[in-house]
Amino acid sequence: MTFASRIRGRVGSERQIHSTSSIESAAAQADAAMQESDGWKPPSYWPFVLPALIVVLAVIIFPWAYTIWMSLHEWKVGAPPSFIGLSNYIRLPSDVRFIESVWHTLVYSALSVALPLVFGTFAAVVFHTKFPMRGFLRGLFILPMMATPVAIALVWTMMFHPQLGILNYLLSLVGLPPQLWVFHPATVIPSLVLVETWQWTPLIMLIVLGGLAAIPAEPYESAMIDGATRWQTFRYISLPLITPFLFIASMIRMIDAVKSFDIIFAITQGGPGSASETINLYLYSVAFVYYDVGYASAIVVVFFALIVALAGALLWLRQSTHWNDGGGSR
Amino acid sequence: MSRLRQLAGKIGLTFAILAVVSPAVLFFLWMLSLSVKFEVDNASYPPIFIPEHFNWGNYSAVIDSRRFSTYFANSLIVTGAATAFALLVGVPAGYGLARMRAHKAAAVILIARITPGLSYLIPLFLLFQWLGLLGTLWPQIIIHLVVTVPIVIWIMIGYFETTPLELEESAMIDGATRWQIFRYVALPIARPGIAVAFILAVIFSWNNFVFGIVLAGRETRTLPVAVYNMISYDQLSWGPLAAAALIVTLPVLLLTVFAQRQIVAGLTAGAVKGG
Repeated sequence: MTFASRIRGRVGSERQIHSTSSIESAAAQADAAMQESDGWKPPSYWPFVLPALIVVLAVIIFPWAYTIWMSLHEWKVGAPPSFIGLSNYIRLPSDVRFIESVWHTLVYSALSVALPLVFGTFAAVVFHTKFPMRGFLRGLFILPMMATPVAIALVWTMMFHPQLGILNYLLSLVGLPPQLWVFHPATVIPSLVLVETWQWTPLIMLIVLGGLAAIPAEPYESAMIDGATRWQTFRYISLPLITPFLFIASMIRMIDAVKSFDIIFAITQGGPGSASETINLYLYSVAFVYYDVGYASAIVVVFFALIVALAGALLWLRQSTHWNDGGGSR
Repeated sequence: MSRLRQLAGKIGLTFAILAVVSPAVLFFLWMLSLSVKFEVDNASYPPIFIPEHFNWGNYSAVIDSRRFSTYFANSLIVTGAATAFALLVGVPAGYGLARMRAHKAAAVILIARITPGLSYLIPLFLLFQWLGLLGTLWPQIIIHLVVTVPIVIWIMIGYFETTPLELEESAMIDGATRWQIFRYVALPIARPGIAVAFILAVIFSWNNFVFGIVLAGRETRTLPVAVYNMISYDQLSWGPLAAAALIVTLPVLLLTVFAQRQIVAGLTAGAVKGG
């Protein structure tokens, strides 16, 4: 105990030293400490982190800095960049195609959060009960989100086929008229949301399942004694207690839905026309079809701000519901 | 009376399980069905689920096609290199960050989590162009680090935070260096965590599509990009397309079923913390 606390004290003082010294000297210090350990120079953890830090700087921080710099320039690939200040940003609100893509993204994301949330919660309640082969069936259930999105998209494209697709056949079985699915502007977004829901309901299920597992058994036992129905137990015991998990799940789902690319690109490429062109799809066109990298960089920055804002809004919502009824449902 | 109710409950549960699992199962069975049928059967209406004659030729057509082995090798190299390198730098980093309790540093990884992959592509594409690396596999290996490194660091921070400190402290008292402690005490205990990080990094790198469509040339396509290109050229023959799709995603499906426990553990840890 005393040894341990002494070491902790040393680690603490070592951290103060490092806050003033540079990374290189910290690394050198740690090297020295490795060579002679009885002189007890406090060794550092920086050497462990340094390689990863370099990688993160190169592939994450550098692209960000470069993107912001590019967004202030008129820059098409092949021509030399020229500084234009905020003009790229000022251009955005009057870009009809961009504004439309924002709406598509919001509609697409709202649906792609709501539907998986409902189905995922239901699935979590089902998987929370004990039944034979539960582990194996859970493995099958999470296949959609692990499978290669492009491969999935390809099969969905065949299923959406208006004449030969299986989906219209299934509709005909229950007496519904055939649909054009992703081939009609009015139904393309709901159809893509169907794929997204199919794909990502498992992730919500896993998160909510974690929440259900954290609830102690006692409330359920007393509810059973009181003769509560299954729905009542869920509504008044489980649901309030898993609300924080539902918020986390919606936040992750929302971030992923806003960023969704593979499925949309592989199935519709933003079409028909531009009916399913989300911000990410539009960004792709601007950057790698028109090679207008300055303008594309401005879109990246605004896009990122939108994601952060949406995540912030969800966090705010979570806090404000907490005030109302102590973590109850909305 | 109560027995009747119990029975009703059991039937209800069975139906609920079927309802929950069938969308996934039926989809993949339909994918399999598409991939083993002749064009006549794939184009028939109403659809045929189990054909009279199986056409395994769809698979051999894909595997024997001229570039399949190249694309498969490309996928293996890109995913293998990006995962190996991520483990090499990410496992020690996760250890260091967990021991330094540097939770602020982890915020950088969160940024990586919420940034759209496409936004890394523009600056890095220009960089690779400038370096003359386009046309080789290097750009894809490097950019896949955007996927693999954060996953590994994130999972390893979480894992090292749960491993007991006592062993490391007693090793330190015995005069072991930090490196020795990491190598001989912390690392062996962390093996299950490394397995989780490895599996998830492999899957998400293997599945990645957006980096490939921009950075891959004719000879450097990975399998997802190759399959996508099949769609545009081969719209009408569903059998070979479905077979190709299944071949691409089969390694991931098998890994998911067999390493289900690790994947679930990693995803929930990563997801819950990622929020």
